[in-house]
Amino acid sequence: MNYKNLIKIALRALNNNKFRGFLTMLGIIIGVASVISMLAIGQGSKRSIRAQISEMGSNMIMIHPGAERFGGVRQSASSMQSLKLEDYEAIARDADYISACTPSVNSSGQAIYGANNTPTTMYGVNEDYLSIRKYAVGEGEFFTDADTRKAAKVCVVGKTVADKLFPNGQEPLGQTIRFNSIPFTIIGILTPKGYNSMGMDQDDLIIAPYTTVQKRLLAINYIQGIYASALSEETSAEAIDEMSAILRERHKIKAGDEDDFSVRSQEELSSMLGSTTDLMTVLLACIAGISLLVGGIGIMNIMYVSVTERTREIGLRMSIGAKGRHILLQFLIEAVIISFAGGIIGVLLGVGASVAIKYVAGWPIYIQPYSVILSFGVCTLTGIFFGWYPAQKAAQLDPIEAIRYE
Amino acid sequence: MSANIIQINDIRRDFVVGSETVHALRGVSFGIAPGEFVTIMGTSGSGKSTLLNILGCLDTPTSGDYYLDGVSVRTMGKNDRATLRNRKIGFVFQSYNLLPKTTALENVELPLLYNPTVSSHDRRKRAMAALEEVGLHDRMSHRSNQMSGGQQQRVAIARALVNDPVIILADEATGNLDSRTSFEILTLFQRLHAEGRTIIFVTHNPEIAEFSSRNITLRDGHITEDKVNTDIRSAAEVLAGLPKEEE
Repeated sequence: MNYKNLIKIALRALNNNKFRGFLTMLGIIIGVASVISMLAIGQGSKRSIRAQISEMGSNMIMIHPGAERFGGVRQSASSMQSLKLEDYEAIARDADYISACTPSVNSSGQAIYGANNTPTTMYGVNEDYLSIRKYAVGEGEFFTDADTRKAAKVCVVGKTVADKLFPNGQEPLGQTIRFNSIPFTIIGILTPKGYNSMGMDQDDLIIAPYTTVQKRLLAINYIQGIYASALSEETSAEAIDEMSAILRERHKIKAGDEDDFSVRSQEELSSMLGSTTDLMTVLLACIAGISLLVGGIGIMNIMYVSVTERTREIGLRMSIGAKGRHILLQFLIEAVIISFAGGIIGVLLGVGASVAIKYVAGWPIYIQPYSVILSFGVCTLTGIFFGWYPAQKAAQLDPIEAIRYE
Repeated sequence: MSANIIQINDIRRDFVVGSETVHALRGVSFGIAPGEFVTIMGTSGSGKSTLLNILGCLDTPTSGDYYLDGVSVRTMGKNDRATLRNRKIGFVFQSYNLLPKTTALENVELPLLYNPTVSSHDRRKRAMAALEEVGLHDRMSHRSNQMSGGQQQRVAIARALVNDPVIILADEATGNLDSRTSFEILTLFQRLHAEGRTIIFVTHNPEIAEFSSRNITLRDGHITEDKVNTDIRSAAEVLAGLPKEEE
């Protein structure tokens, strides 16, 4: 008995009961389609949150001084002077897991141009800051290494600052504004980024060379922080460890002693939000999985009815030479064909539904290849699992009784 | 002994029903030579169905020997008996047992589907030849539910012939048919007999015995009579003598 003949027999039997076969298949179709579309919605929203976080600089790692005590009194981080420019240089030189790195000093203050003024913050950084925070210069240009070296009084302003200082549509480029009484020439305007997910205006800032801010504005020789960008989200942890090690060595911190700085990354935020969407995905997939299970029980039910209904046929097949395993395989193949075909239609429907949701409702959708393979595999296994028992029952029928079954 | 197609020696078959043992066959022996047309008769409860099941290799005797075409069946397993049925036996049932919504040709092909040595081309050819032999060459693609009882039984006979069996076992093959169609089917059996086929026809109808070459009567699990019929009636003649059907 070859499988070709058995498949032919199973197909003929299904062909005789097309509508019933389709109804049985429907359970599997809905199950598979819902697994795929639910996972697509879950993964889509996860990815969209990730993308929002990475707008803020998802690989960003921030180092701040801190955790230092003077005589048992923990000091405020901003008052610490423990981070030096040399620390930044060492990290920029020695760390392998980072792609960009900048020292950071900042100062809040009032920016003034003519009769207009606005409170804002000036960040003193180098040109890596753009790539770390995902900023881009819209008009004009960013300051250069040369500007940094000579502590040039140049700045790049955010859209909000530009709008407040130049409300009547004047050209801000080339104008000189005053920030805390120091004159700065505007050489560039940042492309607007809007508000971040925490509701902070990301365009309300002025960026200037860190040397300028350090020397001319704050008159300090330490730095307030270091921003870096890990090579990728995955290497973020390695980057943190590496930078911590460099700083501990430079600060001569003994093993077991507390760091005198703190390192934080967006990864923490990202994983927190990620776990929420993961939970949602698991929940959706569970519901969809249950519908797949119900579909499987539908197959079992129909196969069971089919075996009872076709008892005489089974008896006949046995009396003309079919062995138990031929009957078993015939019904098993029938169940697998139902679930397999249902799986294919379900995959198409699930993908179609996901795309429809994307365009009609505008939800973010991401169809993972593994979810397609998984649900397809599960539904085929469902067919075998739920088809087995009725098929086994058919195979164990006594031909003498089966052929005379009424 | 080996010359006989079927040889049974002291066959007994007991069924245990609850705490009682029912002796369906209490020592039955006979041999059937090639080319015989044997009717096995008996009232219900005489053991003829049990005997048919054993002869058809669907059941095995409790004791006694059964040789089919020289092969001992008693010690065979389920699967070997299935193969034996597939190659050596053709069944014809009272209620035809055709597959529903399936064409005559596909129904006849069925036994060969379980025989991996027959190619699909060969299968089709043999099925067509069998249908031609029973006079249904113009009904090959008719579905079973589109045919009359007599036509369905012809398809069933074609199905029994397609594997070229050593023996055809008919179980009340005319039981569901009106008398005219019954004689048509009997005519077909007699023709097959004349062509040299060996046929065992199980029935409770004494009239049918007159058309066979040998008659075995069973009663309470024993053979009460086993006689050769020298005066065989021709079913074709009976058929010709019947009043014509109104057209």
